[in-house]
Amino acid sequence: MRVLIVEDDETLADGLSVGLRLQGFTPELVTCCADAREALAQGGFSAVVLDLMLPDGSGLDLLAGLRAGGDRLPVLLLTALDQVRDRIGGLDAGADDYLGKPFDLGEVSARLRAIIRRAEGRASALLEWNGLRLDPSRMSGEMDGRELRFSRREFSVLRALIETPGVIVEKDRLEERLYGWQEGVESNAVEVHVHKLRAKLGAGFIETVRGVGYRLAEPRP
Amino acid sequence: MSSIRTRLFVILLAATGVVWLSAVWWIQHSTRSEVEQVLDARLAEAAQMVSSLISDRRIDVASAGPVELDLPVPAAGSDYSRQLSCQIWSLDGTLLGASASAPSGRLAAEQTGFSDSLVDGEAWRVYTMINEDLGLRVMVGDRLTVRERLVTDVVRGLLLPALAILPVLAALIWISVGRGLAPLDRMARALSARTADDLGPVSAGPLPREIRPMGAALDGLFARVAGAREREKSFTAFAAHELKTPLAGIKTQAQIAAMAPDEATRRQALARIEAGVARTDRMVRQLLELAAVDGAPEGGGEIVDMTRLATDLVQDMRRLAIERDVQFRLEMAPELFCRIPDPVLPAVALRNIVENAVLASPPGCEVVVEGVARDARITLSVLDRGPGIPEAERARVTERFFRGAGAPAGGSGLGLAIAQVAVERLGGRLGFAPRAGGGEAVQIVLPCAGPLHESGRASEGRDTATRS
Repeated sequence: MRVLIVEDDETLADGLSVGLRLQGFTPELVTCCADAREALAQGGFSAVVLDLMLPDGSGLDLLAGLRAGGDRLPVLLLTALDQVRDRIGGLDAGADDYLGKPFDLGEVSARLRAIIRRAEGRASALLEWNGLRLDPSRMSGEMDGRELRFSRREFSVLRALIETPGVIVEKDRLEERLYGWQEGVESNAVEVHVHKLRAKLGAGFIETVRGVGYRLAEPRP
Repeated sequence: MSSIRTRLFVILLAATGVVWLSAVWWIQHSTRSEVEQVLDARLAEAAQMVSSLISDRRIDVASAGPVELDLPVPAAGSDYSRQLSCQIWSLDGTLLGASASAPSGRLAAEQTGFSDSLVDGEAWRVYTMINEDLGLRVMVGDRLTVRERLVTDVVRGLLLPALAILPVLAALIWISVGRGLAPLDRMARALSARTADDLGPVSAGPLPREIRPMGAALDGLFARVAGAREREKSFTAFAAHELKTPLAGIKTQAQIAAMAPDEATRRQALARIEAGVARTDRMVRQLLELAAVDGAPEGGGEIVDMTRLATDLVQDMRRLAIERDVQFRLEMAPELFCRIPDPVLPAVALRNIVENAVLASPPGCEVVVEGVARDARITLSVLDRGPGIPEAERARVTERFFRGAGAPAGGSGLGLAIAQVAVERLGGRLGFAPRAGGGEAVQIVLPCAGPLHESGRASEGRDTATRS
């Protein structure tokens, strides 16, 4: 899941970036409102982690602009102003959740998963399809009573596919979800991960649509 | 007297009393002269009456010897009965007759008309007339004590009811003053019923003319307090953000270090924790400095040598300079004396400016600290070869927590704000200008007013001591 981090403090931004990567997200980092607007315009993010006070303006203004444009992207506010009034202000401006600084990395990722889940309209934290139950918080799955472990990238691919089962997901989009801007993409990376996933889930679980991308197969009868 | 009510009460009561007493004095005075006139007239009348009775032979003085004369007196039973006395003397000085109330001594001497005399130890007012036909001297007199009593009774008749009314009057004054001061009470009640957050205007409702200036003054004070509180609130909010953000960073990095899958990630996280702690430490130091310069006194104080101060400062900052690969060049007049309230002020101002200059400087460059005295002013300049402050941001750099878009990372946005406050406290001026050949030139201009015995030397010191 690609997550945009808008934070100007070097130590915290790096911490969030490294920490969320370790928790299975694909974070992108920007340090000011202007860069954030540019990144959001390009799209492809599952959520935004937004600091309130930024060098070129308030995160609330950025958020208001986003919502005014009709964007329903889940936003997690990071705020040092953890008085009730400020939290209300943040939520009313269109944030989906907030966290007061300093916070726990585990809580950041749990809240991110929760607001992404809500945005996708799911009630359960688990993603299910065709006998596979996927637990995003643990990057693990279960199929026919078997416990399955996935690498971070394998899980990213599988997540992208299971969010819209049966629908074709382009290879480009999968690459985008897999890698941040800073990371180089090997041309056959997606194929390699799909191959590994098929070994774990069975050959027929993921279908290749030649020249376009991949999709999850319809449930077995 | 701290109570206006008591004060007004006493003043009003005293004023009323004074008016009353003067009235009493005046009444006593006029009553006395009135009584004297009336009674004198009565004496003369009575003497004439006796004289004419004798002339008509209604009273035979010669044969009768001492007789009682019943003269017209006020109704019996009154205090004032038998107050007139009469004596009839022959011209050769034999007492021919006297009234019953008359004293045994002679009432008056030879002269006719009114006279005052002392008979048997009592003061008398006497009218004497001579009946030429019979060769008699008729004297009619009354005791002055009686007259006195008459006046006293009149005055007492006025004074007693007045004294009885006094408590009532006092009560009325007390109540009236209370009524008159009611708007003050209302204002006090309204003020004391306010919560600490309620800083709205007092004079929202109609106020009496007398307390309108106080209402206006209070409103002004409230507005200033509200402004100060607003600034404090935003400062606290900023300070909270600026302190909690690096703390959040440190905590996050610590968690990463704890769960790092590999040694490189762990080591990097630990390095970042160290940097974060250093930054937070600097931030705390600057917040404390800001509080210190905010609360520093103005004016007066001690004489400080700015050259010494700058030299010590540069010495202190050597480590940071070496870390950043920046050299210092100090070009100060040998002695720059200045009278200032607190040496912390220039030290803090200069330190933050020099620190900014070092952080902005590219490695291998020089930061120049200059100091000269001219026209009773000391100018300290800090010159760097950094990117300089963008023109659009120059006006805002001294705002608290303002960080320019191109400012070096790790800054708090407080340094120049602290310098600004400190220089203002010194009565000086902080200036920013682009430096010729690239970089920024920051100037602190301080007035060095006040009698300085060293000032002559300070202003002569144009030859500069160069150190690096």
